[in-house]
Amino acid sequence: MTAHRLTGYRVDPDLSPGHGIDRDAGITVTVDGASVPAFTGDSIASALIASGRLGCGPSIHMSRPRGILAAGVEEPNALLRIEARTPGAPSESMLPATTVDAVDGLSAHWLQGMGVLDPAGDDAYYDRKYVHTDVLVVGAGPAGIAAAREASKTGARTVLLDEQSAPGGSLLSGRDETIDDTEAVAWACAALDRLTAQPDFTYMRRTTAIGSYDANYVVAVERSAADVAAPASAGVARARIWHIRAKRVVLATGAHERPLVFADNDRPGIMLAGAVRTYLNRYAAAAGQRIVLATTNDSVYALLEDLHTAGIAVPVVVDSRPEPSDRARAALEATGARGVFGAAVVGTSANGQADASDTGGTADRGRVTAVSFASVDGSGRPAGAVETVPADTLAVSGGHSPVLHLHTQRQGRTRWDEAFAGFVPEAPVSGQSVVGSANGAVSLGTALEQGAHAGHAAAAETGARGPLVVPTASASAPGPVHPLWLIASPGAPAGPHGPTAPRAPADSEAPTTAQPLAGNGTPALAPEHWASHFVDLQRDQTVADVLRAVGAGMRSVEHIKRYTSISTANDQGKTSSVNAMGVIASLLEDADPASVGTSTNRPPYTPVAFAALAGRRRGDLYEPARVTNIQPWHVAHGAEFEDVGQWKRPRYFPRAGEDMDAAVLRECAAVRTSVGFQDASTLGKIEIRGADAPEFLNRIYTNGFKKLAVGKGRYGLMCGADGMLFDDGVTMRLAEDRFLMTTTTGGAAGVLDWLEEWHQTEWPDMDVLFTSVTEQWNTIAVAGPRSRDVIATIAPDIDVANESFGFMEFRETQLSNGIPARICRISFSGELAFEVNVPTFYGLAAWELVDDTGQEFGITPYGTETMHVLRAEKGLVIIGQDTDGTVTPQDAGMGWAVSKLKDFVGKRSFQRTDTARPDRKHFVGVLPVDGVTRLDEGAQLIAAGTPVTPEAGPVPMIGHVTSSYLSAELGRPFGLALVENGFNRMGEIVRSPVGGTLVDVEITSSVFIDPEGKRRDG
Amino acid sequence: MADSHTPTPRPEPVHLRRSPAHDMRAAMEQACTAGPHRVALREIPFVAQLGIRAVPGEEAAARIERVVGVTLPAAVGTTSGDPDGLHCVWIGPDEFLTIDVSRTHVQGEAEAAAAVLDDDRPGAGRTAGQVVDLSGNRTVLELTGPSARAVLEKGCHVDLHPREFPVGCAVSTLVGPVPMIVHRAHEETFRLLPRSSFAQYTVRWLCDAMLEFRALSA
Repeated sequence: MTAHRLTGYRVDPDLSPGHGIDRDAGITVTVDGASVPAFTGDSIASALIASGRLGCGPSIHMSRPRGILAAGVEEPNALLRIEARTPGAPSESMLPATTVDAVDGLSAHWLQGMGVLDPAGDDAYYDRKYVHTDVLVVGAGPAGIAAAREASKTGARTVLLDEQSAPGGSLLSGRDETIDDTEAVAWACAALDRLTAQPDFTYMRRTTAIGSYDANYVVAVERSAADVAAPASAGVARARIWHIRAKRVVLATGAHERPLVFADNDRPGIMLAGAVRTYLNRYAAAAGQRIVLATTNDSVYALLEDLHTAGIAVPVVVDSRPEPSDRARAALEATGARGVFGAAVVGTSANGQADASDTGGTADRGRVTAVSFASVDGSGRPAGAVETVPADTLAVSGGHSPVLHLHTQRQGRTRWDEAFAGFVPEAPVSGQSVVGSANGAVSLGTALEQGAHAGHAAAAETGARGPLVVPTASASAPGPVHPLWLIASPGAPAGPHGPTAPRAPADSEAPTTAQPLAGNGTPALAPEHWASHFVDLQRDQTVADVLRAVGAGMRSVEHIKRYTSISTANDQGKTSSVNAMGVIASLLEDADPASVGTSTNRPPYTPVAFAALAGRRRGDLYEPARVTNIQPWHVAHGAEFEDVGQWKRPRYFPRAGEDMDAAVLRECAAVRTSVGFQDASTLGKIEIRGADAPEFLNRIYTNGFKKLAVGKGRYGLMCGADGMLFDDGVTMRLAEDRFLMTTTTGGAAGVLDWLEEWHQTEWPDMDVLFTSVTEQWNTIAVAGPRSRDVIATIAPDIDVANESFGFMEFRETQLSNGIPARICRISFSGELAFEVNVPTFYGLAAWELVDDTGQEFGITPYGTETMHVLRAEKGLVIIGQDTDGTVTPQDAGMGWAVSKLKDFVGKRSFQRTDTARPDRKHFVGVLPVDGVTRLDEGAQLIAAGTPVTPEAGPVPMIGHVTSSYLSAELGRPFGLALVENGFNRMGEIVRSPVGGTLVDVEITSSVFIDPEGKRRDG
Repeated sequence: MADSHTPTPRPEPVHLRRSPAHDMRAAMEQACTAGPHRVALREIPFVAQLGIRAVPGEEAAARIERVVGVTLPAAVGTTSGDPDGLHCVWIGPDEFLTIDVSRTHVQGEAEAAAAVLDDDRPGAGRTAGQVVDLSGNRTVLELTGPSARAVLEKGCHVDLHPREFPVGCAVSTLVGPVPMIVHRAHEETFRLLPRSSFAQYTVRWLCDAMLEFRALSA
């Protein structure tokens, strides 16, 4: 301990319990290139403190020297980038050194408040789990363990989550405490050992509950032990997201300590008192050798005793309370330390008195060298002589803020507890309870009592009962708290007032200092005197910034947070939020922090890697790919695939050297001149049975289905109640009371729901039932003038001649290789065509049979793109491509399929004035006049002569291109479009933008080939 | 129908059948692990499955139960019959799926069963209801072993604790992003029935989720 400037050190075993470290397991970590010895169990922060390296990266905006402030997730200063731990793993930024376990060989660098996402990506294994429990306890401190113990012993399923790697929570930071006459940390470990032997008890360490949602749905992140100790094996998650549904939740989440707001309160060496105690007792790491304590409450006196025992000098305890409490008096007497009451720290001196321009320096750059304190008056102004004592560390406690993120995420309300000087739950959320210091409990005995009762009651509420046993520990009455929100610098103009609690009513005893508020209600304080009173260390925001926000007229903490950015860094203001409210309330002379509003927290409680949230939903597990049984053939034959909903459908089958255009032209030509085949299995199929099925279909389809003969099919249109096209397809009559309906690929599920909805809600008395058989069948479309030859060969038992197997008829048969099949004459291209339906198991074999049989005709597989072109040449609409929910059958040129004789869903909407007007957008063909330019799908159409300059805008549009292709048959590009009054514009030349210029486009009929329908019969 | 000639039926070419997870057999074998954390995955191919629409207690249900040989289950989440033979899953108040894992599907069996609804003998007559062949609609995957539940918990929101989801339970739910029926056939045997088109993805997802237990066994 003699080295110059070396202030922190590792405390000998006889002077510190070091609950958290294994002194026999020495390891080394590297921080900014320097080797730092550590023990297994250390955090990076504790290893650094034990090595006298308390300084971290400078502050984000002002580049002020900073050091480690805290010992947990609330740390605002000490942010690290951790280098890749395993080859291929990413580096990670913005990790507080206080939360990173020291692992041998780990290398890290300090950040200046901002990190960079590793551009190499993160290919580590992350996954998730869904679990259910009767009782979920968050936090394995004394209250949480007591709750889990009482819940679990009833037989209730119990899950205990804790962010630490060892159980005990606050007990790990203490010493000499006992529970049930056992040393407290040993009690915690023994309790967990017994619990984990229970069959339905789960203890998850290194697991942080990050979000709490309706119905006690809690999301937590578990960081794996494997990641800490060794490279993870394949399949072992580096982090796992737990989705937990609990019947009851017990929040035992503890409290965070608040800093004090005085001049230069951000210097390295100024630490939270509780953190100094954690480092001393859990990690045997002394933060310094001369430590001044400054407090508003009793909590620092345990630290005073521990420092005394460890042989560390405490020159003075500066306590804001006018009188020593019983606890303070006893500790001061026992340790012989000096206590000063009614006083506050008003400033510090530092190494080199480093300022913002000082960017060099050592690990101790800017570190505290002396602490100045003085008596403060009722307005927080130094009232007496300023005294300065040398010190290397200042441990501060501005009070405690219960950790209520999970409570407020559920809209749980909080109230300001005057005696505790913190926000505590007004009442727990339904189905939850809040216990221990999260509920404002100060003594260990009270925390254990609250926890045990809550765990017992939670289990009982799920129907599990057992005897209640409350662990015993000391339960001394808490001493008073005297918060200090603003501590003026000596010589600076006074603040409006100082301590706000206890406070007299504002109208009875106005502050005697200068007029606190200007006439317009804004504070009269000069910001320049408050520019180093830090409120949010991570955002570098000071009281001066709050003054500017208040001066700009803001009053609510929600507004001031956003104006200043206080509490919006990735620590979510764990150390700054309540202090900001106290500062604002003081400046506005409000009674307490609650009067300026409360802040509600949003998930996540601590940052979570996006890669962890993504889990396994990436790469080929990103989204399910639905495939047909014929898929292997498509892959083997080089298909390019298209996503249609979740289906992967072959889009085209390029040959060597072909692009999509060339392949599609070739495939189209094959169908028009010989024969092609397509996997059409994805079309929706619904089998319908019922005596009323014909009438039901009659009501659903716009065209008639009652008279459809058995053995025949009919193309039908469905509209929504608004009269707009909704789906289409062919329905076949299998028997008097049986039909097989086909739907669009994307519409299958929606159509089934639609049928069920009308049946169940409107016509429940009809005898009709539906079953989806989409996946029961594979469908192979065989199209082209030679398709009849192919079908004749593969289906030798049926007569395929035109006069015996008519259009829209079907036959049940066996293929030549014995496969049972239903063959239909259906065309979606205008050509002679068939669809061969076989049970799914036989899809690939049937496909290969068609392929083999068709070889002599040069049969060509085609994909969805060719199918689109072929139907477009024939003017056949694709619902969802050429329609958009605003198109009636009449608009689409299919008035012929709308019955005038019967009622059906959507019919009445055709009488609406707007639906009936003759100049709606109509489905027409569009031909680029130059015969070579392909129009863009989605491109707007404008009338000829319409000016398009910005000055003339907005440009009136008359429609848009819905489909556009090259046509082998036409020898030119063509398209389909929806155009205002299109049926009455035939031959009109309009314009459409292509590549920045306007091209002339002729409006035509949507039917480009074979308008007489001669090809259909071959 | 117009055909006048009635050809002699040829035997069903069962050697040409191909199950939905056929190409994933090797992946499934490789994903299986031994030891205390063991878990295994296989496809039971070509299982006979019938889709049934009928209201239990009504005429159609009685006829179907008689001809199919299983009683329709009474409540959501339940099954009836023999989990290792013919059993029936509750899909909806009037919708059920029968599954016979002890044999493979025979072409025409569904149509034969459905004929009971068209019974034209005196005193019988046609009745409402529906029986449809669904043997190819879903495939049957079987996940077994002490870690089977843990594998499913990586993607299934349903509470699979034996107290809440005992043997015989079956529900329609999601595993990962895939809709499927999850049926607990035995304490450590889960049957998963995704639609056939999801079979490949489902197997890939399950094999990935099983990796952890290989690492634990190693």
